[in-house]
Amino acid sequence: MTIDASRGAEAPPDLVQLLTPEGERVEHPDYDIDLTPEEVRSLYRDLVLVRRVDLEAVALQRQGELGIWASLLGQEAAQIGSGRALTDSDMAFPTYREHGVAWCRGVDPVKLLGLFRGVNHGGWDPKEHNFHLYTIVIGSQTLHAVGYAMGVQRDDANAATIVYFGDGATSQGDVNESFIWASVTNAPIVFFCQNNQWAISEPLEKQTRIPLYRRASGFGFPGVRVDGNDVFACLAVTRKALEAARTGQGPTLVEAFTYRMGAHTTTDDPTRYRVASELEAWKLKDPIERVKAYLFKNELADQEFIDAVEAEADQLGADLRRRCLAMPDPEPLAIFDHVYSEPHALIEQERAQFATYLEGFRD
Amino acid sequence: MTVMTLSKALNEGMRKAMEDDPKVLIMGEDVGKLGGVFRVTDGLQKDFGEDRVIDTPLAESGIIGTAIGLALRGYRPVCEIQFDGFVFPAADQIITQLAKMPMRSLGAIKLPVVVRIPCGGGIGAVEHHSESPEAYFTHTAGLRVVSCSNPADAYSMIQQAIRSDDPVIFFEPKRRYWEKADIDTASTEWWKPLHTATTVRAGSDVTLLAYGPMVKTCLEAAAAAAEDGRSLEVIDLRSLNPLDEPAVMESVRRTGRAVVVHEAPVNSGFGAELAARITEQCFYHLEAPVLRVGGFSTPYPPSKLEEHYLPDLDRVLDAVDRAFGY
Repeated sequence: MTIDASRGAEAPPDLVQLLTPEGERVEHPDYDIDLTPEEVRSLYRDLVLVRRVDLEAVALQRQGELGIWASLLGQEAAQIGSGRALTDSDMAFPTYREHGVAWCRGVDPVKLLGLFRGVNHGGWDPKEHNFHLYTIVIGSQTLHAVGYAMGVQRDDANAATIVYFGDGATSQGDVNESFIWASVTNAPIVFFCQNNQWAISEPLEKQTRIPLYRRASGFGFPGVRVDGNDVFACLAVTRKALEAARTGQGPTLVEAFTYRMGAHTTTDDPTRYRVASELEAWKLKDPIERVKAYLFKNELADQEFIDAVEAEADQLGADLRRRCLAMPDPEPLAIFDHVYSEPHALIEQERAQFATYLEGFRD
Repeated sequence: MTVMTLSKALNEGMRKAMEDDPKVLIMGEDVGKLGGVFRVTDGLQKDFGEDRVIDTPLAESGIIGTAIGLALRGYRPVCEIQFDGFVFPAADQIITQLAKMPMRSLGAIKLPVVVRIPCGGGIGAVEHHSESPEAYFTHTAGLRVVSCSNPADAYSMIQQAIRSDDPVIFFEPKRRYWEKADIDTASTEWWKPLHTATTVRAGSDVTLLAYGPMVKTCLEAAAAAAEDGRSLEVIDLRSLNPLDEPAVMESVRRTGRAVVVHEAPVNSGFGAELAARITEQCFYHLEAPVLRVGGFSTPYPPSKLEEHYLPDLDRVLDAVDRAFGY
């Protein structure tokens, strides 16, 4: 029996890594990346800014301004690395934690808050950003993504689809069906699994007896495990997988080996099910610190640059807070909006009745 | 005019829709070479190719989930669920995703997906092949739910369902697949709007409300009742969500009596919704409570018992008698 017990500080086997936790650049026979200093600085900036967006959202929830928030803390590299690998014509299907990918797709962070503040169920146009709505039901979006990729195939378009999900989702029927579907249709898709080690309180070994990336071989396509806290490696691995999809080589499963440093959501209390030492071990592999170390070691950035990014993050956070608080509550009759795309007698009847009812309370 | 069975009418309707719009796709288990277990998609893959008539893996959630993705990409998938009792693995995708995604997107997304479901009993099948699951779907906001009862409606309604920008659950009365009728395929002037009911027999004493397979049963009951001097009006609802309320209420106000007939269990069945709405809107016109005829509150029985389970002419007339007893 093979149980992957490498959730702690030890690096698991077969891990694609291009940047060590200490900020050392390392080579990998199958994956390489050639980044300009400007690109590295830009990746660093993205990592810092999305972490700030996330921290601000957690704070907003703590102050009662959001009903709930799902933090991405610790998963910034997996999301920025994979998100930055996408081209404009590629399509991404997120879970509800892909705030970093949303950032890469140009979605205004304040639009992410609508769902969590309870003013809407998803506040952006997926077509405008090629970034689908957040999906709450675990794994459902993997099938949507495969269907979308089948459409891309039929359109003969030069585009790939990427779908995000977590380690827990790999137990869902829909995710396994999506693997089968993608395999037999040779769909141009990348399955990007962020294995953050925990599905709320359940550790990985409750979901699997083998490393997740190895599941792919049973479905007939390649699987690769990448250091999910290494933004260089995540970018390189995702880029290659997307290119394989675009060139007719079918699906790839990417397992980004990472760690959920925060709670599952703001309603969760991880102290009930995991030990503090685990978090401490993973803090040493922080996705941002290693890029900062690399920048300093290679003299690609100075303290002034770091401070400027911090200042920008502060401004972004303050701006997000201000705009969150200014978000208007929806009008009561908005309940009836967009239930159907075409007029629907029952909805119109109930809308009119409720409007009359509300009118009765006016002075 | 062409004589067609109901299954052929559906086939011709889909063929027409595929000719009219290259984005229309057919997908499901065995819909390609085999033409579906009821042959409803017979010949379509041969003529439109494997990219447009897709033999899918054997996974119902996958059928609906990928159809949603194809719709997001601009396609109009028509999904076949092989039998009524097999829709439940897809229920999650239908209820949590297909029905709700357009609202979640604040109108940015439309999901023109049709889910075809052969439904109902009467063909001597094994379990899970004779169910009437319509109430699960009429209860789900965001879905449109329709049911055809005859070849002409099958031909027009499937094309209208495919043209709808909303998801449509399309119930097909499997025991009526082989009913024949003349269909005018050259004109659409006779088509009625998808979400309207039709009066298939005019009458003045009692309104029978039915859809799908029970419309024929009600017509037979009305013919028999006429011999006894009772005039039964039969309304084919055709659309369950939205319901054509004006047509139903106009008839019941006129007759003063309503009997709802469906194969699904009476308990929490669609008839309960009809009875409640009729009572709310026709209270002072009613000579009797709205009565319901349907399946029992049991799982669908083995086929040797199904004739006792399914409403038939006598059960309908028994309810009509009771409606006169108040």
